[in-house]
Amino acid sequence: MICWPVASMGNEGVLVQCLRDPRAVLSLDPSGWDLLIRQGRRANLLGKLAVLLLDSGLMSLLPASPKAHLLSALKMAERQNAAIHWEVSRISEALRTIGVDIILLKGAAYVLAGLPSSRGRTFSDVDILVRKSEIIDVESALMIHGWQGSHHDEYDQRYYRKWMHEIPPMLHVRRGTTIDVHHGILPETARIQVNTQALLDCPLPVNGFHNIFVLKPADMVLHSAAHLFHEGELDNGLRDLADLDTMLRHFGVEQSFWFGLVPRARELGLLRPLYYALVFSMRIFNTPCPQSVVAELKAICPSWVFRWLMNACYTRALRPNHASTHTGGTWLARKALYIRSHWIKMPVRLLVWHLLHKAIKTPAKENQFNTQNKKLDAQ
Amino acid sequence: MFPFVVRVRSDISELAEDIGRIYQDFTVLDSNCFSDFHVEVSYERGVRRWFRPLARFYFDGRPSFIPLPVDQAFPMLEWGINWCVAAHSHSFLIVHAAVIERQGVAVVMPAPPGSGKSTLCAALIGRGWRLLSDELALYDFETKQLYGMARPVSLKNQSIPIIQAHTPAAEITSPVPDTTKGTVALLRPPSESVQQVKIPARPAWIILPHYQVDADALLEPLSKGKAFMLIAEQSFNYNVHGREGFEAVGDLVDSCECFQFTYSRLSDAERVFDDLLARRING
Repeated sequence: MICWPVASMGNEGVLVQCLRDPRAVLSLDPSGWDLLIRQGRRANLLGKLAVLLLDSGLMSLLPASPKAHLLSALKMAERQNAAIHWEVSRISEALRTIGVDIILLKGAAYVLAGLPSSRGRTFSDVDILVRKSEIIDVESALMIHGWQGSHHDEYDQRYYRKWMHEIPPMLHVRRGTTIDVHHGILPETARIQVNTQALLDCPLPVNGFHNIFVLKPADMVLHSAAHLFHEGELDNGLRDLADLDTMLRHFGVEQSFWFGLVPRARELGLLRPLYYALVFSMRIFNTPCPQSVVAELKAICPSWVFRWLMNACYTRALRPNHASTHTGGTWLARKALYIRSHWIKMPVRLLVWHLLHKAIKTPAKENQFNTQNKKLDAQ
Repeated sequence: MFPFVVRVRSDISELAEDIGRIYQDFTVLDSNCFSDFHVEVSYERGVRRWFRPLARFYFDGRPSFIPLPVDQAFPMLEWGINWCVAAHSHSFLIVHAAVIERQGVAVVMPAPPGSGKSTLCAALIGRGWRLLSDELALYDFETKQLYGMARPVSLKNQSIPIIQAHTPAAEITSPVPDTTKGTVALLRPPSESVQQVKIPARPAWIILPHYQVDADALLEPLSKGKAFMLIAEQSFNYNVHGREGFEAVGDLVDSCECFQFTYSRLSDAERVFDDLLARRING
């Protein structure tokens, strides 16, 4: 492991153990299963675990009740995979007339590229990347085809359009699906400036579409890494790290992938996120990584203070956000990473202004809960 | 609560009493067993604890749904468990329907709220039919059988005094007024239904109940097409199953005689349902 000043702490949880080695399920007693299903459900990783258990031929050996939950999660994920295909076909159709090429990001990209990281995974929306100059055209075309903007509040509009790397999420009026249209992979105001142009230059076409693309392997990994290590709310942190692990194993079969990875990260300005992604993926999931890359990482590793802090925080935050994995400092670690995410997202003056605005504005969050309750009432 | 085990946690003593009474025939498992769902209904903290206290539902430690006045704790627990099952148990086709059984064959009553299915269900389980569920029909894709949980029947508004008059021996919680569904009370499931909870039932009839003031009982055929659409609309996870879901609804509808049933008197309903059963057994 790479020069971490603090040794790995225990209490990573039964879910991580079973993801690392599915055979670990064979020694679980009923209370162990109980915890595994709860952690898996909370981390949105039950479907992924089901895939691993099926692939290793263990599924038929499992006790009936936990097995039902695993298969249930897998079924939901398979359904969402099919729905993503359909949604992307609608997006492709909507953008056909304006002749704009789009790049799918994250979950939708894994599905359309047929990557193993899509298996068993659930989704909340489709993320796409377009050139900044084309964003107005894309937005209008989507509106014509039934997607509506959200966040009508003037402040939110300015927040997205001036400072962020995406426009406010758009919701399809009939299907209720959400699309996030990005023109960059990190906010305009972020401390790290990414070479978005280089990212847009050579995407890979998706079979069956003329205007849908995905990032090439190294870029896909770098984007996921940048996303995970800039994210402030890490409820899906472990899931996103599992995506990275699966991609690194899949792409890493080709030696050329590894040779190009660090140079490409340097070119895009994403060395630091790559460093953290590889270190934590190796550490939590035992991701295989060539010695030459490990040596390159040593050259780009941050100072010991940062390493110590980031280690202390991410070790705790990259666990399922479930009471059973909470140890001393978990709450603080999650808060610290939340603050860090804002800190690196915008300059101090803007941040203070933004937080003040959010604090003063009365939250209208109860509406979400009301919608949930209505669904219950429908019973 | 076969096929599910629920672990409930609460600091509301009245809720514990209600559960103890209404769920008295259910098996209590030891704390090391596997639970399908961990739920909690507890007092909302803060000053509200002392001034018109609220209770909140937690799914495995995470607050879900808006807090409600504490006297709604039991109905909230029931709704919460329904949500847990409907959202996580895709090994079944789950239909919003009451299911009752007699002599191995089951009636499925899918219906939107207000059609009187819970009232009908509560009345018939007081007259020898076995309760599988008053809310969630669990259809197994492989065995093509229905499973139930034999959980309490949720009675609303006028159906509470109606059932009290119809089945005087029935044990019902004190009515809770002013919920989103009006006044609600929960009926203790018959002991025999709980004892037989693990036994599935073969679907034989799909009956769409329709309560109409002063109407004479009328049992009319319902076309298979309409029955199919009804089951699909009332299913919580039809869309999750894709083609398999389509085929399961088809199988379920094919295996049943389908009717629409208009009624106003529970005695008529008992007669009609018993006639259906007699016809099937004899014919």
